[in-house]
Amino acid sequence: MSHVTIQRRSRRRELRRAAPFVLPFLLLFVVVYLVPTGYSVVESFFSLKRSGLGLGGAETVFAGFGNYVRVFQDGDFIASLGRVTFIGVIQVPVMLGIALILALLIDSSVSTGRKFFRVAYFVPYGLPGVIAALVWSFLYAPTLSPITGFFASIGIDVSFVTDGALPFSIANILTWAWTGYNTILIFAALQAIPEETMEAAALDGCSGWKAALLIKVPLIRPALLLTLVFSIIGTFQLYNEPVTMKSVAPNLPSTYTPIMAALRSLTANDFNYAAAQSVVLGALICVLSVFVFRASARRVD
Amino acid sequence: MTAALQSPAQTAPVAAAPRPRRPKAHPLTTVNPASRLFVLAIMILFAIYFLLPVWWLVVSATKSSGEIFSGNGFWFGESFALVENIQTLFQAQGGIYSRWLLNSLLYAVGGGIVSTLLASMCGYALAKFPFPGREAVFGTVLAAVLLPAPVLAVPLYLVFSFTGTVNTFWAVFIPSIVSPFGVYLSRIYAASSIPDALLEAGRLDGAGEMRIFAMGVRLMAPAMVTIFLFQFVAIWTNFLLPSLMLADTSLQPVTVGLVGWRELQGYPISYTTVVTGAFVSVVPVVAMFLSLQSFWSKGLATGAVK
Repeated sequence: MSHVTIQRRSRRRELRRAAPFVLPFLLLFVVVYLVPTGYSVVESFFSLKRSGLGLGGAETVFAGFGNYVRVFQDGDFIASLGRVTFIGVIQVPVMLGIALILALLIDSSVSTGRKFFRVAYFVPYGLPGVIAALVWSFLYAPTLSPITGFFASIGIDVSFVTDGALPFSIANILTWAWTGYNTILIFAALQAIPEETMEAAALDGCSGWKAALLIKVPLIRPALLLTLVFSIIGTFQLYNEPVTMKSVAPNLPSTYTPIMAALRSLTANDFNYAAAQSVVLGALICVLSVFVFRASARRVD
Repeated sequence: MTAALQSPAQTAPVAAAPRPRRPKAHPLTTVNPASRLFVLAIMILFAIYFLLPVWWLVVSATKSSGEIFSGNGFWFGESFALVENIQTLFQAQGGIYSRWLLNSLLYAVGGGIVSTLLASMCGYALAKFPFPGREAVFGTVLAAVLLPAPVLAVPLYLVFSFTGTVNTFWAVFIPSIVSPFGVYLSRIYAASSIPDALLEAGRLDGAGEMRIFAMGVRLMAPAMVTIFLFQFVAIWTNFLLPSLMLADTSLQPVTVGLVGWRELQGYPISYTTVVTGAFVSVVPVVAMFLSLQSFWSKGLATGAVK
């Protein structure tokens, strides 16, 4: 009996000790994360109804799943999801493939000057995403680009901003900006493989590329998986690059990506619908990350 | 994005320890020169791909307005106009650029310091005080690490516009001072680097909990530098949230301001000025990374290993 009270008293004492440390962060966390999430979910179930001729003001009415039905019937929003999926399906494997190869090359003792390459590959990460997009917008600009200028001088017409080229141009900015970052992450994982493992493999006659593919790659699965999940999430929240590209590609629709679509609803004062779009996007990203983790966890077994 | 740094970092210290190598047993020492050259060629090719746009930015910032899009885009022009360009940059539109830089610095340094402090206090308490509800708090914060910031931007806008604080300093600053990743990192770091004996000794000496924490902070310094650095970069590079919240150009950070200038398509703000502005805005991030590099790489490595 007394043991329980002592325990209870000590728990209360720990709580009193922890409170001044935890509460400032927790309070702000609630304000910045939980309240907006909850508020958006609530708002997404309402809609603004203009009465009469729109003169009598508007009132907010409960809309049930009305906004969600609208999201899934919204051609622009569905198209934006299609675009980021398309870009992701092309860009993520290419980027991670390059990152894996570069990391393996830096890791192998074949390479000389590995420190230089590590820094060189990491440089784009130092540029803020939107500044990188700004630089590329100049490199893509139809009349100003030094790249199109070079191709024109040898008689080839290239454009980076036609409707067909845009997804690839955007994918290139993403690849440029994030490959180095992923290379470093994968490289760090490779460095952790014990030397003895590779020596044992070599004694068994497994070395070079065979060793890299059969032994190193399986050993760094967790790191690869993490880069995969974060790259997929990154593609679904695409915003900076297409927005900056708009200055050289006026044909780029203002609902090009899901986030851009939600922001357009905001500027149209359609707050409830913007909330529903954000909730759908957030839920989609969560489901996708869980799915990727699950799928690859199963393959391990 | 930040959470991605955890897993590989766990492994870095292992790599740091030099291992004795048995000669000849290493599988890759017996590679023929041809394939060595092939590997080097691939690596150089990619280095060029990654460095060329940055090189273009540096070169273009030194060119005069007339030259920027004529001649070789990847080499210096006739005149070296970097100083003039920077002068023009800081005089454009009544010197708004320095205002943007100052705003970015204020958001990034202020937000970085406050978020680091709040996160390390919370992480320390989660590591050292076994209070009821501790795991529930940690679990909730951890889930937030995975929630992408851009998806949260619209909900944040809805709440701030409901309270009428859109287009104020606070609309960008308050979201910047909450770092769930920081809590995660400092909990792990505090658990391993601050001995329980320190707390007990402090209590025996009659020191208050805050005073004991102040002593522990010294042991947590590498983790705190890491949190500060990543939060600094995250705030400095943030575009969506400030562009959504701030219509008033005098409140905007440099990223939002520059994209606004880019959209003017060269007039009245020339492309040279935009390019020079982009170049100047990158310098603080690079400086921050270089000056704190030894600190934060060590912090990440040791922080996550335990």
